[in-house]
Amino acid sequence: MSSFFDKKVKVLNVGLDSFYQDLIKEGAEAVKVDWKPPGGGVPRLLKVLEALETEETEEANRKAVEAFTSSDPVLVDIKLAKEVIPEITGKKFGHAGPPISWERMSGPLKGAVIGAAIYEGLAKDEKQVEELVTSGELSFIPNHDVSAVGPMAGVISPEMPVFIVKNSKGSNTAYTNFNEGVGKVLRYGAYSAEVIERLKWMKNVLFPILKEALEAHGPLPLRPIMSQALQMGDELHTRNNASTLLFLAELGPYMQGKGFSRSEVSQSYEFIAKNQLFFLNLAMAAGKVMMDSASNIKNSTLVTVMSRNGTDFGIKVSGLGKEWFVGSAPVPKTLFFPGFKEGDANPDIGDSAIMETNGFGAFASAASPAVAQVTGASVSEALRITRLMYEITMIRDKSFPIPYMNFEGVPRGIDLRLVLDTNTAPYINTGVAHKQAGMGTVGFGIVQAPIICFTKAIERYGELVGAL
Amino acid sequence: MGKKFTIVLRNEYRDSVFLMRINDLVEKTEGVTRAAVMMGTEANKDLMKEAGLYTEEAREAGPNDLIIVVEAEDEKSAQRALEYAKSLVYKTEKEERKEEQNYMSIRSAVSFEPDIDLVLVSTPGEYAYREAMRALLLNKHVMVFSSNVPIEKEKSLKTYAKSKNLLVMGPDAGTAIIGSVGLGFFNVVKEGPVGVVGAAGTGIQVVTSLLDLAGSGITAAIGTGSNDVKEAIGGITLKTGINMLASHSRTKVITVISKPPSEKIVKETVEVLSKIGKPGVMNFIGYKGKDISDNLKFADTLEDAARISYSFANSDSFKLPDWTSENEVNKAEEKLTSDQVYIRGLFSGGTICYETQYLMSKEGIKTYSNAPLDKDYEIGGFEPSKKDTVLDMGAEEFVRGVPHPMIDFRFRKERLLKEVEDKEVAVILFDIVLGYGANMNPAAEMVDAIKKARKINERVAFVASVIGTEKDPQGLNSQVEQLKSAGVLVYPSSTRATQVALRIAKR
Repeated sequence: MSSFFDKKVKVLNVGLDSFYQDLIKEGAEAVKVDWKPPGGGVPRLLKVLEALETEETEEANRKAVEAFTSSDPVLVDIKLAKEVIPEITGKKFGHAGPPISWERMSGPLKGAVIGAAIYEGLAKDEKQVEELVTSGELSFIPNHDVSAVGPMAGVISPEMPVFIVKNSKGSNTAYTNFNEGVGKVLRYGAYSAEVIERLKWMKNVLFPILKEALEAHGPLPLRPIMSQALQMGDELHTRNNASTLLFLAELGPYMQGKGFSRSEVSQSYEFIAKNQLFFLNLAMAAGKVMMDSASNIKNSTLVTVMSRNGTDFGIKVSGLGKEWFVGSAPVPKTLFFPGFKEGDANPDIGDSAIMETNGFGAFASAASPAVAQVTGASVSEALRITRLMYEITMIRDKSFPIPYMNFEGVPRGIDLRLVLDTNTAPYINTGVAHKQAGMGTVGFGIVQAPIICFTKAIERYGELVGAL
Repeated sequence: MGKKFTIVLRNEYRDSVFLMRINDLVEKTEGVTRAAVMMGTEANKDLMKEAGLYTEEAREAGPNDLIIVVEAEDEKSAQRALEYAKSLVYKTEKEERKEEQNYMSIRSAVSFEPDIDLVLVSTPGEYAYREAMRALLLNKHVMVFSSNVPIEKEKSLKTYAKSKNLLVMGPDAGTAIIGSVGLGFFNVVKEGPVGVVGAAGTGIQVVTSLLDLAGSGITAAIGTGSNDVKEAIGGITLKTGINMLASHSRTKVITVISKPPSEKIVKETVEVLSKIGKPGVMNFIGYKGKDISDNLKFADTLEDAARISYSFANSDSFKLPDWTSENEVNKAEEKLTSDQVYIRGLFSGGTICYETQYLMSKEGIKTYSNAPLDKDYEIGGFEPSKKDTVLDMGAEEFVRGVPHPMIDFRFRKERLLKEVEDKEVAVILFDIVLGYGANMNPAAEMVDAIKKARKINERVAFVASVIGTEKDPQGLNSQVEQLKSAGVLVYPSSTRATQVALRIAKR
């Protein structure tokens, strides 16, 4: 303590800039915060933010960080959804994002539901699906509420194979479906015959071959693949080129395909190799495992879920239990595939924002200069976004280093307080679906989470701690 | 529909997002209706078919070939667009070097720079608590310059800080010097044996500057904020500060400066200082306690506090420079008419204003003030002066939307010109505070007003204290010289300046 008087103290200036200038002038070591009133200056928010600046919150967040950084997602098995997710059975489908009724579903989600119903043999066309829904026979549940995640529409139906990812350091498990590639695919709302056929092939051929390969290989830890891929130019959301090949390098040699023809085996191999997003789903399940391990920690302000259903954007917060905090999903700033235009894009959709919730995707922009192109910007813009995300996160996780930033760790653990404090919403890289059912992918884009979700969550906290 | 033109770049791999960006730019060029810039994979060819942009050349391209298809109104536009697309494929972005991003909150700053020792908070008062609390949660010492922080919040900050063995200076702490780094408003004082803890900001500036002028110096100056010594807070920072200095080996003497607190706080301060085994000086301005021991004494003025502190640490006697001679004072007295009997004090330092009133009351003079010793003598800051009036021009009513009078002299200059119109005024007494945070040439500001004042009333005496050191950015000597050449009687201590003003008024 007494050394405090014997060293030249380093000062952080918060407020009047003239004090900072004076510190520099007198030759002191000084840094400054670019201070703005927190919560955009809204007194109600300040009240809550003030009440959440406590030792209890710090302690809870330390616990949360410890939980998600130490959790170890491992791919252990592949089964049909109905075998492992009790809620997804019969005529109940999982979907991306917060809860939503059929009436409010956007085109791509409706399209995916229709496709899944056809795949399940529950209906032949859109009209029959409509009838199933209105009669109440076919119902829906958010994937996130049953430990599952799926990109884009994220529809998971009982007969779909799912990866089972377990936390080897804990007790939680997450599930995710198989990635179908881009273009006319179910998760983007397409449900034409080729889509259904592909899904059936995935169940009948790819699933057993992969399952057998995984059994022969043994449980596959996902963190090493993610960390390595990050250093190979993936941000693990929009770009999974490296991770997909690393995954294939692990399981490929074991893809024997007993009982299948050679061409079916090589088709399966090629399907994965040529789908640069194949690993995305696995990365998402890993992300889900890591964030779930840090959920339900009393007083923690860690954001554990960010997800969208194409109509609404929802978040969950560790200390606020199961409640969704919901706002309108924005339309991403999109770079379109040839043939598509502004106005074709559906509002943001998918559970894949679990990647950003974990510090990947847009948060790891600096690791993936190639993806920076999506924003129509330079590599320095990618760097800017990553740096900005450090402002709203709890840690820099060195297990996931960014080479371009001197191997600084990715910004992980979104702190609800910091989002509102700095008035900075998380950035998300995303695929973009056509707003009409049946059309598929239109491009890739970037979007910022609507701040209203975070405002609602902090207000709930305010009620909880008696500040409002 | 326009015509389609294609080029294929063989074995030229680019990432799809990279190409989509080019696609977007090419589509926006003049004369182009649509474009496809893609690698020739089967999946991409399907996309091109769907879009109606599939050409013969595209069909022949393989997965490692880069296809550029342009649909344009005419061939010229198409060729231009193709060339443009090609140039974009090979273009390297010149990296824009942007300013490093500033930290947006204390959390990120501390996360990236964990060696930060102290956080200086000067936000508007309603935000200061949270920022300070956050700094404490991150294990950093804090100085809160901001005022208007509710006292119960100050209490909670200080109670928490105490539990973590951290120091909270303020709220409303104007000055501090820690580890030779000055914070807020401060003078550049030599290092020396005295550690200062004070609830009176200008008081600290006066005492530390006087120690410097006398040839000594300080180890640290801890500003506690004025509320710290109130019973609601109970002197938490004062006591923490004393204890920190007590365990600091280079600190030989501990000097406490504050306006008089309650008897309870005085007693507690005595208790703490008695235990530490180092000489102590207590300066509760105007409070005349009986010395506790040879090692623990009371000083009732700021100059006394400096003198006693000095003598505890040095064997020679305490001497301050003489800037003004007896003779000059006599001359100033001679100019006055017999009607001129009152003192008007215009102060930027709250502690100095307080000390002046105390010294005048000792001489049996009641002073009117916006910060009066006796509530019966309260007048508003903008009300006309009565008889002997002493104003704290750093008080709330003078600083709403206007910088502090140590920086901005407009109110003092205006007031000075008003005061000299009063034929009964003998002395205009004021302070000039130098150092960081203060105006860069305060003497010039006052000299400007004094010159105008002399045209209104050439007989009034001007007496000033100049608080500062030669190392201050303004330079002490040049400030004193300017005032002297304008005929001001100048002193290095506020105590002495008031004594001279009293002598003149009571002649």
